[in-house]
Amino acid sequence: MQQIINFLIRNKNFLLFAFLLFLSLVFTIQSHSYHRSKFINSANFLSGGLYESLSSIQDYFNLKTYNQQLLEENARLREIKSSSSTQFEDALSYGQTIDTVSQYNYIPARVINNSYSKSDNFITLLGGERNLIKKDMGVITSNGIVGIIENTSSKYSTVFSILNTNFQTSAKLRTSDHFGTLKWDGLDPNIVQVVDMQEQAPVKVGDTIETSGNSAIFPKGVLIGSIENFELDSSKNFYTLSIRLFNDMTNLGHTYVIENRDKNEIQELENATINEE
Amino acid sequence: MKNSIVLNSVRFLSLLLAQLLVFNNIDFMGYINPYPYVLFLLVFPFTANRSLYLCIAFLTGLTMDMFNNSGGIHAAACLVLAYARPIVLQFTFGVSYEYNAIKLPKISIYERSIYILTLVLLHHLILFSLEVFNIANILYILKKTLFTGILTSILCLAFNILFSRHKE
Repeated sequence: MQQIINFLIRNKNFLLFAFLLFLSLVFTIQSHSYHRSKFINSANFLSGGLYESLSSIQDYFNLKTYNQQLLEENARLREIKSSSSTQFEDALSYGQTIDTVSQYNYIPARVINNSYSKSDNFITLLGGERNLIKKDMGVITSNGIVGIIENTSSKYSTVFSILNTNFQTSAKLRTSDHFGTLKWDGLDPNIVQVVDMQEQAPVKVGDTIETSGNSAIFPKGVLIGSIENFELDSSKNFYTLSIRLFNDMTNLGHTYVIENRDKNEIQELENATINEE
Repeated sequence: MKNSIVLNSVRFLSLLLAQLLVFNNIDFMGYINPYPYVLFLLVFPFTANRSLYLCIAFLTGLTMDMFNNSGGIHAAACLVLAYARPIVLQFTFGVSYEYNAIKLPKISIYERSIYILTLVLLHHLILFSLEVFNIANILYILKKTLFTGILTSILCLAFNILFSRHKE
């Protein structure tokens, strides 16, 4: 017994080192596994508050860009509105009912911290549980996809950016319904990859890629980017596409968080189907 | 003693703020972000209790992790740096060193650079290995370690010279 205590005292620094190293490795491994709430994150009043006050200064320098983005978005929305009103009238004349309550709800949130030079990037938003932002909601800008909500506090939330090597979502061609998996290889913040796209898909350089709506997180048709180049993988069955993002991930200002009102219903249905098998 | 606590707290806070507000946003050549906050651990008093030093290094890293959403990579890297410091001290200043006698501003710039460069490279190697977490990208890790490490070392040395109290 005496010897054990002596051993512990003699090696107390090494034991302390080993224990703390183990702890930090647990945090690290946890952060590399997809969709696990992190114990240490920047959605708290200390780091959130610091980033908020910093970004309120930085925002002044970007006002011009933000105005430009808003103008472009307004123009696009006006275009959609003018072209869709005729379709609605057509639908009404055939006696179909239109669901007046939209399935998706958009919550505006401001980016207060953004990173893009690491291999696992996160974004901090000003907007949390009291703005009805919850885990696993999608985040977009007017130019396209940004990421998925990871952690929330009452006032702030962190976003799992698409520039994160663990990020995955389903993406499809605008011209057809062939879909693949959107990933990032961790190198260039302007280029993402779509893998496992069927070989039959009519892929052309310059075509638009958008979200497929297969997951309950993003609605169908959120823009992602345009095809920069593509190649068949080694099995010759699937394309791997390089996508140039429409969004400038290095300059994000205002984002929208998407709430899917039917998400619970969809998930319950899917779980019930899986359980039956 | 009290003076030393105040000095180290001020140094910690100012380096943390400088890191978060300035150096995290540099993105030199697209991926190089120096981490001069490690200077706090490099110039931490050599006479301090070893266990206390390890705990402080761990907490420093954890604070950085909290702000960067990076899990525990800074904590692990800082911890290894803290544990390896006595070994590196022995390596740089000879076997007969007594760390009570060492005062960083008094030693030559050459020895100081070696000391800073060795520990910074070690810290960055652990940091980027854990960040990328994929042995297939070993070349990318080494490249990032080398370039970022050199930039961090230059910044640390510059800060160290600028803010040392012994003027020549």
